[in-house]
Amino acid sequence: MLPQLTSNVSAVSDDYSISVSHVSKTYRIHRQEDKDAYAAEALIKRLKGKKKYSEEFDALHDVSFDVGWGEVVGIIGRNGAGKSTLLKIINRITAPTTGRIELGGRVGSLLEVGTGFHPELTGRENVYLNGTLLGMRRKEIDQRFDAIVEFAGTERFLDTQVKRYSTGMYIRLAFAVAAHLDSEILVVDEVLAVGDSDFQAKCLRKMREVARDGRTVIVVSHQLQTVSDLCSSAIYLSAGHLIHHGTVEEVLEEYKRSFARNAPLMKEAAHRPGTGEIRFDEVGVAADITKPGQDVEVEFTVGANPGFGSRFHLSCFINNEDGMVIAQCDSRVVDFWLDPSTDNQGRLKLRTPWLKPGAYTVDLFIYAGGRATDIWEQACHFQVLPVTPYPCPTTPDGTDHGVVYPDFDYSQS
Amino acid sequence: MAKIVITPPGRFSLPKVADLWEAREVLYRFGARDVTLRYRQTAMGVVWVVLQPLLTALVFVLVFHKVAHLPTGGQPPMVFIFTGLLAWNLFSGIIPRAQGSLVSNRDLVSKVFFPRMLVPLAVVYSCIVDFLVSTVFLIVLLVAYGVNPGFAVLLTPLWTLMVILLASGVGLVTAALTVRYRDVNYFVPFMLQFLLYASPIAYSIASVPSKWRVVYDLNPLTWLLQEFQWSFVRQPLPPLWEIVASIVVPIAVFVGGAIIFEQMERGFADLI
Repeated sequence: MLPQLTSNVSAVSDDYSISVSHVSKTYRIHRQEDKDAYAAEALIKRLKGKKKYSEEFDALHDVSFDVGWGEVVGIIGRNGAGKSTLLKIINRITAPTTGRIELGGRVGSLLEVGTGFHPELTGRENVYLNGTLLGMRRKEIDQRFDAIVEFAGTERFLDTQVKRYSTGMYIRLAFAVAAHLDSEILVVDEVLAVGDSDFQAKCLRKMREVARDGRTVIVVSHQLQTVSDLCSSAIYLSAGHLIHHGTVEEVLEEYKRSFARNAPLMKEAAHRPGTGEIRFDEVGVAADITKPGQDVEVEFTVGANPGFGSRFHLSCFINNEDGMVIAQCDSRVVDFWLDPSTDNQGRLKLRTPWLKPGAYTVDLFIYAGGRATDIWEQACHFQVLPVTPYPCPTTPDGTDHGVVYPDFDYSQS
Repeated sequence: MAKIVITPPGRFSLPKVADLWEAREVLYRFGARDVTLRYRQTAMGVVWVVLQPLLTALVFVLVFHKVAHLPTGGQPPMVFIFTGLLAWNLFSGIIPRAQGSLVSNRDLVSKVFFPRMLVPLAVVYSCIVDFLVSTVFLIVLLVAYGVNPGFAVLLTPLWTLMVILLASGVGLVTAALTVRYRDVNYFVPFMLQFLLYASPIAYSIASVPSKWRVVYDLNPLTWLLQEFQWSFVRQPLPPLWEIVASIVVPIAVFVGGAIIFEQMERGFADLI
């Protein structure tokens, strides 16, 4: 890991590359049926005197932090924590509702791979188009063109339209353009989840290089592993609030602890997100401690809402310690629906994949009419004991790789 | 090192000319992209640019001249009508392309920072390319029909600039409105179709009955079309007030369009 070059030094703001003070972003959300895509609809509603139903939603709430030069900052938090909104504000794609941000230089971003790439244009044309969009001058692109192409490893396909590229080539070329951007601040959102491992390693090296030059890198990632490998400091956002800003170890620790702390609070339905028409009464796992290869059973009861017309379905995420969702069990895919007119009780049985030893958490969701009526993250948790499910135990290198234990056979034909 | 300060938008903001200048290469790249894409994977490429107005002109000659017997200022109908279509196609090429440009570049607008105004403005590039190709063809027609426009032709760039400013101003507003309301998708083609028939493109303004003349005289396209016809096919100049208005109004529409666009821009990323 990199040494922290300029953290916690109280000095004038010129020493910071990014200085965020009291930034909030409020969205007004209309319910789907109240959204007017046509002026006529809006007009008819106004004529009918129908009040617009909208509610305010704080994507970010009074967030303040400073980042020094040469730092690689990781931003972590669950979905909807406000990570992307923060990046969009720093990128000036959307404006904050209140607050002030000072940036010590140009911001280059790699928000989503290939944004700004046009499928009909060739690789060469796209490098110029994308480079210009990211703020490079023609001369700068000319100078770096060879380096960009070499980094991406797509020399042979420069004059091929990118619609004929493989996904991997596309991603490599897009990252290469952004990586060669001479901006003082580089913003990277979740790009390392794609590409092969060689290329990922190359990207990590490149980002460290950028930081070593004294520039600043901001990384958003769901993979805590990436954050701890790469970053010199981290920020933990939760529901739009900045919970902690400090060293990576501190923040990761806080991130894990906060779930344990929030668990009792979440037992009360009113504290949970979701529209609230239908909610879980109780959930739990059949066995707190289990072994790889054993079934995982999640039991639930759902309260009735006789007035609610439509049937509903459930979904369940199993997350590992790194916060990665390793399994999604949506009841729609097995055609399981429940009727809200009575109380419901049921269970979910997960036979595969075999889970590796470690701690797991379970998120549960209820969906009705396209909306989540209850979102209960970290509703329950369980432990998988460190034993092997396979008949012939080996040294750890035989089972270390992979997120889960597969159920497999070899046969000779 | 340049320091960038981000604050909530004020109630009223003017377009930031410095930012636009800084990002002028984006304009060029977008323009180049449009031009490249228009003719890639088309078998006849640039031929289409000439063929479209030529066929339209032929139809107009048939309908307005042969059937409706409308006068064309004592000039060969083909040359007269092609002149009108040259100006009209520039105007009516810019507006719908600018209008849909933000929505069709949704990814960029919601994910990359650059002055959004450049997206609708960049469509002007490919329209100018079309215009230039058509102009060359018009010159061929002038020679073929033996029409000598004289020195009046030298003012064409000024009229052209005014048509571009007028169309871009309207394009900016309609592009911004389209982000919020998709109705504009239906309104714009209708408006253009209406204007096509309400402007003296295929017949000379002198043939318009005097009770309707006021309506024609208030249409900025009438002024600009007369100026084009003066420059290419020896028609009388419009009255002085129309000439002044034909310069003032497009500038005002462009500046006004840019200001309206700027006010609406802040919501784009959240709405699009």
